[in-house]
Amino acid sequence: MATTAPYSEPTAETAAHLDQIWHTPHTLYGRLATVDHKIIGIRYLVTSFVFLALGGLEAAAMRAQLAQPNLHLLSPEAYNQIFTMHGTTMIFWYAAPILSGFSNYLWPLLLGSRDMALPRVNALSYWLFLFSGIFLYSSALVGQMPDRGWFAYAPMTELRYSPALNMDFYALALLFLTISTTVGSINFLVTMLKMRAPGMSINRMPIMIWSTATISLSVLFALPSLSAACTFLFFDRRLAMHFFDSAQGGSPLLWQHLFWIFGHPWVYIVVLPAMGMASMMIPTFCRRPLAGHTYVVMATIMTGLIGFGVWVHHMFATGLPPMAMSFFSAASLTIVIPSAVTVFAWIATLWDSKPVMRTPMLFLLGFVVLFVIGGVSGVMTAALPFDWQLTDTYFVVAHLHYVLIGINLFPVVAAVYYWFPKMTGRMMSERLGRWNFWVMFIGFNLGFFPMHISGLLGMPRRIYTYGGGLGWDVANLVTSIGAYVFAIGVLLFFINVIVSRRTGAVAGDNPWDGGTLEWSVSSPPPEYNFLVIPTVRSREPLWEDRLGSAQRSSIREGPTLAEGRETVGTTPLDAELARVLTMPEDSLLPLALALVTLVLFYGLLLQAWWVAGVAAFGVYIVLNIWLWPKATEPLSEEG
Amino acid sequence: MSVRSRCTGRTPGLGASAAALIAWLGSACAGAPSPFRPASEPAAQLASLGWLLTIIAAIVCVIIMVLVLIPALRGWRATRARELPPLHRGDGERWIVIGGIAIPVVMLLGVFVVTAATLSKTSHPPTRARFMIQVTGHQWWWEVHYPSPDPQQNVTTANEIHIPIGEPIALRVDSRDVIHSFWVPQLHGKIDVIPGQTNTFWFRADSAGVYRGQCAEYCGIQHTHMALQVVAEPRAQFEAWLAQQRRPAVAPGDALALAGRAAFERQACSLCHAIQGTGAAGKLGPDLTHVASRMMLGAGTIPNTPGHLAGWIMNSQTIKPGNDMPQMYIDGASLHAIMAYLATLH
Repeated sequence: MATTAPYSEPTAETAAHLDQIWHTPHTLYGRLATVDHKIIGIRYLVTSFVFLALGGLEAAAMRAQLAQPNLHLLSPEAYNQIFTMHGTTMIFWYAAPILSGFSNYLWPLLLGSRDMALPRVNALSYWLFLFSGIFLYSSALVGQMPDRGWFAYAPMTELRYSPALNMDFYALALLFLTISTTVGSINFLVTMLKMRAPGMSINRMPIMIWSTATISLSVLFALPSLSAACTFLFFDRRLAMHFFDSAQGGSPLLWQHLFWIFGHPWVYIVVLPAMGMASMMIPTFCRRPLAGHTYVVMATIMTGLIGFGVWVHHMFATGLPPMAMSFFSAASLTIVIPSAVTVFAWIATLWDSKPVMRTPMLFLLGFVVLFVIGGVSGVMTAALPFDWQLTDTYFVVAHLHYVLIGINLFPVVAAVYYWFPKMTGRMMSERLGRWNFWVMFIGFNLGFFPMHISGLLGMPRRIYTYGGGLGWDVANLVTSIGAYVFAIGVLLFFINVIVSRRTGAVAGDNPWDGGTLEWSVSSPPPEYNFLVIPTVRSREPLWEDRLGSAQRSSIREGPTLAEGRETVGTTPLDAELARVLTMPEDSLLPLALALVTLVLFYGLLLQAWWVAGVAAFGVYIVLNIWLWPKATEPLSEEG
Repeated sequence: MSVRSRCTGRTPGLGASAAALIAWLGSACAGAPSPFRPASEPAAQLASLGWLLTIIAAIVCVIIMVLVLIPALRGWRATRARELPPLHRGDGERWIVIGGIAIPVVMLLGVFVVTAATLSKTSHPPTRARFMIQVTGHQWWWEVHYPSPDPQQNVTTANEIHIPIGEPIALRVDSRDVIHSFWVPQLHGKIDVIPGQTNTFWFRADSAGVYRGQCAEYCGIQHTHMALQVVAEPRAQFEAWLAQQRRPAVAPGDALALAGRAAFERQACSLCHAIQGTGAAGKLGPDLTHVASRMMLGAGTIPNTPGHLAGWIMNSQTIKPGNDMPQMYIDGASLHAIMAYLATLH
C-alpha cells in the first residue's frame, strides 16, 4: 500500500464501519469464539484473581492451624495438600497469568496496534490456562490434591512414596499449563517485533513491553526444563521409568537441577512485568518521564539473563562442592545490581517531583519498600554459608512472600487501580482505595515480617504443627493475625473493583494524564482500539507538546484500514511500515483445541490410553483445520 | 532475663514499655533452637555472618524508606491542591550510577569477601575429626550409627546423638527413602540427606547441653515430627555412654521382664525392631537395644516416660498419624510385661 498518502481526520462513518468489522457479537458463539485481546486480557485477570482467592483461602486454613502450637484443625494429610496447592496455585496459576492478563489487555493499546500478532493463539493460551487450572483443582473432588510441595522434590513424588493420583495431577497440570505459557510468550515476542505503531523504534518502546518481552524470551528457555521434569516424573510414575530413582541408577538431584533451572528464571518471570508496570505508572504520578529509561531497560534484560545463572542457590545444602557453589553465591549477589538500578531509577524519578499521591501511587511506594526488604533478605540467603541456616526455614517463606506479594501483588493492585478506568470507563473509589492500601500494607508486614523471626528461631517450613516451648508461639500468632488482616485488605480490593464497576465516577479518556498511547483512546477502548493507526515519534506521545519535544507523533491522523480486520506490520528495530496485516476473524478453534487437550490430559491421568490416543488424534485434526490455508486469503502476507 | 524499669515514681515511659516488650519477646523466644544462639565455633561463625548481613539489610531498608518517604510527604501536600502539577523533564542518572551501581558493587564485594571467608572457615573442620558418625534418614526418624574398626563394637541407635564437646565430629549422611535434611541449628548449618548419595559434613559442640535438631527438608506426612537430640558432654561421660551402647541387651533378672522379652519376640514388635542379644532383629524401625537410655520417643515427638511409651506402643497413630508403626493389639498382661522389659534396656 501507499505509505506516503496524506491522511485526513476519519469520519464518524469510518468509525461505525470499523465497529462493524471488529465487533464480536454478545452471543454464546461470540463469547466462546472471540479473539479480542481486551476480552481475553480481562478474562486472564479475573481468572487469575479467582486463583488468588483460592490460594488465599488455603493460606487462611494454614494460618489457622499454625496460630497456636499443637492445633489439630487440619489433619497432616490435609495440611500437606493445602500448602502444596497454595504454593502451586499462587506461583503458577496466579502470579504469571495475572501479568499475562495485563500484557494481553495493554500491549496492543501501548503499541498502537489493533490486536496481538496471533489473536487466535491468544485465545488458545487463555483457554489452556483456564482448563489446566480446572484440571488441577479437579483433584480436590477426589480428595487427591498434590501434596509434595510446589517444588515436589523427587523421590518423594515417585509412585513408591506417593501411590495415589496426587502427583499425577501435579505433573500433568503443570505440563498442561506450560503449553499455554509457551504459546502466550511466542505471541508476545512476535507482537513486540512486528506490531508496533510506525515510528515506535525500539528505543521508544514503553518499559512494560521490554519487561514482558524479556520474560517471554526467558519462558522459552526456562519452561522446557520444567516440561521435561514433569514428563520424566510422569514417565517414572506411570511407565515404570527411573529418571529420579537412585535405586535404579536415576538421580533425585536431577529433578532439583531441572526444576530450579526453570524455577529461578520463573521468579523474574513473575516480577519483571510487574516492575515494568510500575515503571509505567510512577512517571505518570511524578509528572515526568522515567529517569534513566535506558538503564532500566538494560537492567530488565540483565535480570532476565542473570536469572539463568543462579539456580544452584536453591541447592546450597545438597552437598555440592563449596567452590562450585560459591560461583552461584556470587552470581546471586550480582543480581542485586540491576534491581538496585531500577529502584534508584524510581527514586530519582520521585525525588525531583511532587508525586500525585493517588491510590495507585500508595501501592507503588509500598511496593518499592517491600521490594527492598525482599531484596536484602535475598542477599542474606545468597550468602552461601549463612544459607545453610536459612534454607528451608520460615525465613525463606518470609523472603519469598516479600518478593511475590511485594513485587507482584502490590504493583498488580496498583495497576488495577491505574488501568481500571481504561478497562471499564469508571474510576475506582479513592477513599476505599486508601483503606485498601493501609489494611493490606499493615496486614502484610504484620503477617510476614515475623516469619523472618520464626525462621531465625529455627522453625522449619512445611510443618503442620509445632510444639510449645520452642519459642515459636508469639511469632506464629502474630503472623496468623497479620495474615487475616491482610486477607481483609485483599477483600476490600475485590469489593472496590465490584462496586466501582457500577458506581465509579466516569473516567474519561485520560484520567491520570498519562503519556502513553492507551490513554489516547476512549475508556473503555473501541473494539478496534485505534480509529487510525498512530505514528509515534517519542516515548510519551501524549506529553510531547507540553514537554516541548522537537518531533510530534500523529495520533488523530493516519491510515484507518477499514477494509477488513486489518492493522499494520512494521520492521523489528525501526518500526518502519512494512505491510498491512489481515487479522483473523473470531473462531471456535482455540476453544476446541483446548478442549481436546483437556480430554488428552484426563486420558493420561486415568491411564486410559485409548482416550488419550483419540484425544491426541483430535488435537491433530483441529490443528489441521486451524492451519489449513484459505483459498480466499491473499498469499502475499508471510510468504 | 528481667529488665527493671528505671523510671522511678513516674508513669513508665515509652522507653520502659519498649524495653519491657523486648524483654517479654526475648523470654517468649527463650529456648528456641536458633542459629543465633550458637553453641559451637562454626555456628558462631555463621551467626556473626548472619548478624553482619542483618545489620546491612536493616541499614539499606531504612535508607530506602527515607528516600521514598520524603518525596511521598512532599507529594502528599501537593496532592491536596487538587490540581495536577505541570509536566516536567528531569534527569537523575546520577542517582542511578551512585545508588544503583557504585554503592551496591562496593557493598556486594564486601559481602562476598566475608561470605567466602566464612565459607572457608566453616565448610571443613579446622583439625581432622577423631571420629565419624553415620546418620541415615528414614521416614520419619533418624538412624544413628557409630562405626568402629571392630564391627563387634559398632553402635546403632536412633534419634539421639551423643558427642564429646570441643572436638569436630565428621558426619556422613544418607537416606533409606526420600530426601531429608539434617539440621541442628545451634551446632552448624544443614546438610541434605539424599538417597543414593552419601553427603559428608561436620559439626561440633563447644558447651555441654542438649541441642534440638529437626529434619529441614519436607519429607512427607510426618516431616513435622522428625526431630533429634544432640547430647554434648565431656569426653569421659561420652566414652561411658558409648561403652554402654556397645553392650548387647542384658538378659533381665526378673520373671516379668523375661516374659516381656518373650512377648516382644513373639509379637509383631520384632518384625521391625532389633534388640541386640535377643531374637528381635527387625530392620524397619529404630534399634531398641538401649531404648530406655533415650530422652524422647517417636523422633523427638514425646518424652520417654512409661505412660507415653505404653500409649505409643498401643496406638502411635494417634500421636504421629501416618507413621509406619501399625496399631497394635496386645493384651494388658503382655503390655505390662513388655513395658517391664523395655525399662531394663538402659
